Amino acid sequence: MSDSTIDGGRGSALLRLLWKAAKLLATVALTFLGLLIVTFLIGRVVPVDPVLAVIGDRAPKSVYDRVFVELGLDRPLYEQFWIYLQKVFSGDFGESFLTKRPITEDIARVFPATLELATVAILIGTVLGIPMGVWAAVRQGRLADQVVRVLGLVGYSAPIFWLGLLGLLVFYARLNWVAGPGRIDIAYEYAITPKTGLLLLDSAMQGQWDAFRNVFSHIILPAALLGYFSMAYISRMTRSFMLNELAQEYVTTARVKGVPEWRIIWVHALRNAAVPLVTVVALSYANLLEGSVLTETVFAWPGLGQYITNSLQNADMNAVLGGTLLIGAIFVGLNLLSDLLYTLLDPRVRRQA
Amino acid sequence: MTTLLTVEDLRVTFPTRQGPSEVVRGVGFTLGRERLGIVGESGSGKSQTGRAILGLTPPPGKATAKVLDFDGIDLRAASAATWRRLRGARMSMVMQDPKFSLNPVMTIGKQLMEALKFGAGETRAQARARALAMLEAVQIRDPERVFRAYPHELSGGMGQRAMIAMMLVTEPDLLIADEPTSALDVTVQVEVLRILDRLVRERGMGLIFISHDLRLVSSFCDRVLVMYAGRVVEELKAADLGKAQHPYTRGLMNCLPKIEGGVRPLPTLERDAAWAR
Repeated sequence: MSDSTIDGGRGSALLRLLWKAAKLLATVALTFLGLLIVTFLIGRVVPVDPVLAVIGDRAPKSVYDRVFVELGLDRPLYEQFWIYLQKVFSGDFGESFLTKRPITEDIARVFPATLELATVAILIGTVLGIPMGVWAAVRQGRLADQVVRVLGLVGYSAPIFWLGLLGLLVFYARLNWVAGPGRIDIAYEYAITPKTGLLLLDSAMQGQWDAFRNVFSHIILPAALLGYFSMAYISRMTRSFMLNELAQEYVTTARVKGVPEWRIIWVHALRNAAVPLVTVVALSYANLLEGSVLTETVFAWPGLGQYITNSLQNADMNAVLGGTLLIGAIFVGLNLLSDLLYTLLDPRVRRQA
Repeated sequence: MTTLLTVEDLRVTFPTRQGPSEVVRGVGFTLGRERLGIVGESGSGKSQTGRAILGLTPPPGKATAKVLDFDGIDLRAASAATWRRLRGARMSMVMQDPKFSLNPVMTIGKQLMEALKFGAGETRAQARARALAMLEAVQIRDPERVFRAYPHELSGGMGQRAMIAMMLVTEPDLLIADEPTSALDVTVQVEVLRILDRLVRERGMGLIFISHDLRLVSSFCDRVLVMYAGRVVEELKAADLGKAQHPYTRGLMNCLPKIEGGVRPLPTLERDAAWAR
């Protein structure tokens, strides 16, 4: 190029983009390595003898010694970690002592249940929580604000298993508005061919609308409960972000220009509040994806939370480590996603490399 | 001269823990299509006076007045719809710092167009052409670029020019400029003032210029109100500044350093509790 610009040595736009992508990849790789080290060490530190988990406590000493060597426990720790790392990268997380199946297979079975529940829940929480938070901020100190505050407070403080049981009692046992525990009635279970494992999606794609209605009727109560908890948090955060934005000078500017109030609130202020809200929603979603043990127990939901708790109680370390790694990956993934959304929403972040 | 704005006994009160605190205490003046300066120190109530005229006293503050009349419209009884029709279209305000007064996530163009879209009814292309012409009028050399830019991509001087463009594009009758150059570099200040001065003169609008800088105000305005502790302590023609009677005004003038025949020590401002009464 003939016309040269002084760019402070940052190079061309393409190079900068590549550099940015490389940096991002390096960050993700490092985070995962750290995660692997931590999960691996936890697996070695806990007072669970993996040999006993395999052979039981009645096997003779000779068997014990053989399995000890087979599992590679006689080698130095770094060598064990290296082997663990290689296995993980080839997609081998070991076998569950409990179910006798590969961990990946187990997780592929339980995770979609949690993913589906969490997604419906976060949708409910966001769709309700953001408008409620906005409303509370606009009506600060007045009745609407108090109503939202009390609703949020109940959401924070009522134990979810109690609300869950109450919900089942009222909406399932008494009113019969929704279906009971479980993901689907047995009658419909074989009507759907599992593709994604997300029953709502599978049944809709296959045009099984009766099954879809049944699945929906099962998921709506637990999802509404979990969504209520995220709504409580999201509405509180939205309120405080909005109060902050509505006090800014640019809001006065908009008023001076004669911009209608609804536009000031929903376009000017909310668009700015959306930037920190992305993180709030992403973290709420990540929390839901961990799987809520109590909700899953009350609603007999075969999800990740139940699986990990069950594995932990039975000292099934391979399953616990696999699950932990998955949750870690979810957190990393969602953080990455919210960073990307940040750049989309805030032009000030866009320019910085 | 036709009267554009009449203010009589304007009071702005904020509730505090120690009871209500009156920050503007009975301000009155009339304004035609002229340039009126309001000078005073921080907390003298000059900014709140400006905001009260636009009905933008920040809650929980309250503004009351015996008369607040804008071109025959009683602003005290104005409905939300009346305010929306007036603001932007007929009266507007340039604020201190473009870093805060422009929406950071909206392009300058979008913010400019917004003033037009809700001020007058016209097509998008017409509005865009007018917005670009206005950016040119505030001496922005590359209006297309600024139109697409976000506020953080502009310098302070550019941002303030964009702000002025945004406030004048609807050709209002009254402009309130609240310390429009205080956040800018000294070199840029003069330029921005010159642009503002020219536009106000050309369009023959009424201007209320709020500042703490007495010298700046007197060189720029026809008349000057001096405010102290929520009251107007003196009103005079800018040309008659030398004849100022009030000790506070004299103090404001005397505490400025002079290039020739330096005064040492520089006199400090005196404050008399009696002026605030």
